[in-house]
Amino acid sequence: MSATTDTTNGIAREADREREPAQRRRTLGFTVYLAALLNDKLTLLAVVFLVALGFAAVFAPLAAPFDPMAQNLLLRNKPPMTPAAAPDALPHLLGTDPLGRDLLSRIVFGARISLSVGALSVIISGVVGTVAGLVAGYRRGGVDDLVMRVVDIQMGFPSLLLALLVLYALGASIWNVIIVLAVTRWTIYARMARGIVLAQRESAFVEAAQAIGCSDRRILFIHILPNMLAPLLVLATLETAALILSEASLSFLGLGIQPPDTSWGLMLAEGRQYLRVAWWIVLFPGLALLFTALSLNLLATWLRGVTDPVQRWRYLTRASKTLG
Amino acid sequence: MLASLIIIVFFVTRMVGDPVRLMLHPNATDEQIQTVRAKYGLDDPLLVQFGHFLSGLPRGDFGDSMWQRAPALEIVLNRLPATLYLAGVTMAIAFPIAVALGIISAVWPRSLADRIVTVLSLAGLSIADFWLALMMILFFAEGLGWFPTSGFGGAKFVVLPALTLAARPLGRISQIQRTAMLDELANGYVTTARAKGLSERVVVLFHTLKNASIPTVTMAGHEVASLLNGAIVIEVIFGWPGIGSLLIQAIERRDLTIVVAATVVIAALVITVNFVVDLIYGWADPRVRFG
Repeated sequence: MSATTDTTNGIAREADREREPAQRRRTLGFTVYLAALLNDKLTLLAVVFLVALGFAAVFAPLAAPFDPMAQNLLLRNKPPMTPAAAPDALPHLLGTDPLGRDLLSRIVFGARISLSVGALSVIISGVVGTVAGLVAGYRRGGVDDLVMRVVDIQMGFPSLLLALLVLYALGASIWNVIIVLAVTRWTIYARMARGIVLAQRESAFVEAAQAIGCSDRRILFIHILPNMLAPLLVLATLETAALILSEASLSFLGLGIQPPDTSWGLMLAEGRQYLRVAWWIVLFPGLALLFTALSLNLLATWLRGVTDPVQRWRYLTRASKTLG
Repeated sequence: MLASLIIIVFFVTRMVGDPVRLMLHPNATDEQIQTVRAKYGLDDPLLVQFGHFLSGLPRGDFGDSMWQRAPALEIVLNRLPATLYLAGVTMAIAFPIAVALGIISAVWPRSLADRIVTVLSLAGLSIADFWLALMMILFFAEGLGWFPTSGFGGAKFVVLPALTLAARPLGRISQIQRTAMLDELANGYVTTARAKGLSERVVVLFHTLKNASIPTVTMAGHEVASLLNGAIVIEVIFGWPGIGSLLIQAIERRDLTIVVAATVVIAALVITVNFVVDLIYGWADPRVRFG
């Protein structure tokens, strides 16, 4: 079985090589990515979900059917599809929480905080880590030793534990959570950026840039950095999923987002004690977390393949026909 | 490395504020508070406290717990077996399944089975473990009544927490196994073996599996390390008497000595496991051993 698979694979690769010139003309275009995306239904679904979620979070007051803070003690812990108090309003599609607040609206508003904490901490850790790695790898010597020593120490330290301890010391608030998450994760970017710089600093194009007198900064940011954008983007996507989950864990433990703000992790913490009487309070915020993280992971996997010239052909041909 | 970590932990925990006020009655007089602080050496300058702390370390003396009034390290080590037991059962569930799934999806790449395995393993990485824990409780404990909701005791108690914790290593190991297997199957010796007329099963199970397991075993080791660290939330939810739930209780009670001791023990375990993994890696891969 697998032997035949392998020959098909070989043929597909052969065919791909012949197709290459035509593809190369399009490689730089955005259309290639769009075509690859339309080709992969699962990733397309993930992207559609993320875009919709992003819009819902940004325009939360418009997207949410109810005020997320509006309490109604007559409608406490009501199951999904319970009619609303007002006669012509939408029903509470996902039910209500222990204070009679609409669960769907709270999930939409919770998305604002969950997503922005994830995005901001990824941006901060990504920028700091990448710059540190770039400089360490390019300058070598003392800077490199210092940065990599710090990275090694921190990598040995379990990151959730570090976050717990620092939050315990500083107190919980949105900005503390963002900073703590950024501080625990910058090392990954530093390692990756340094590795790529080390591989590229001896290459001909860097030498040429040095020969015509480019400044170090120009070489690093204009010449070397663009070459690592693809892997950085993949890593940042993976990290966004991981950090949204970390924020949820911290909030669940009471060391993250504090009421009256809300995030999915905090909603789960609040709903936990009602698990027996009102399962929907726990089910839906968790599903929101799962679908968001899963979509981001699917997107990252797809990005990794499609930005890799060796693998790209797989994503531009019909999956079912190539088999390999 | 452990040393720098111990220093960080010590100073971070001292920044948190006064544990004494939480210990005593809210109406305690300032005088009483001062007496207790003096008893635990909390009124000394920070550097003096640090000196005391350092001098105790070589003897494994982290100081006495203010909450349980016993040596902190002893309390932490008493919780260690439960944590290790949970991690062991989790890996015993996750590892074989993950390896099997990884092999299946590598042998038939881009097939339906491969796609299902890929999505499942990504889902394993995407699921919030504490939410999975609550769902497990809801379905298997509350709904079906097969397992107890929480606690510690016979074999029944370990099933739900272990299944919950297995999701992440399952996803990660099966992905690594798949990639490693695909890489191996592309090698020349596989073609040779096939050309000799060996069956595909022999090629996969006897030729490639051993070579492909090197990265898998390494990853599994690192997953054990992160299990020791990541089990904190799960231990709390299932009321599992391990180090993780102890740490959270200690944080709530501002019991600094236990926080420090538990953190150091967890970190030391993680570092040890990672070190052992690197040793195994060197031993398993001749290129590293002789390199």
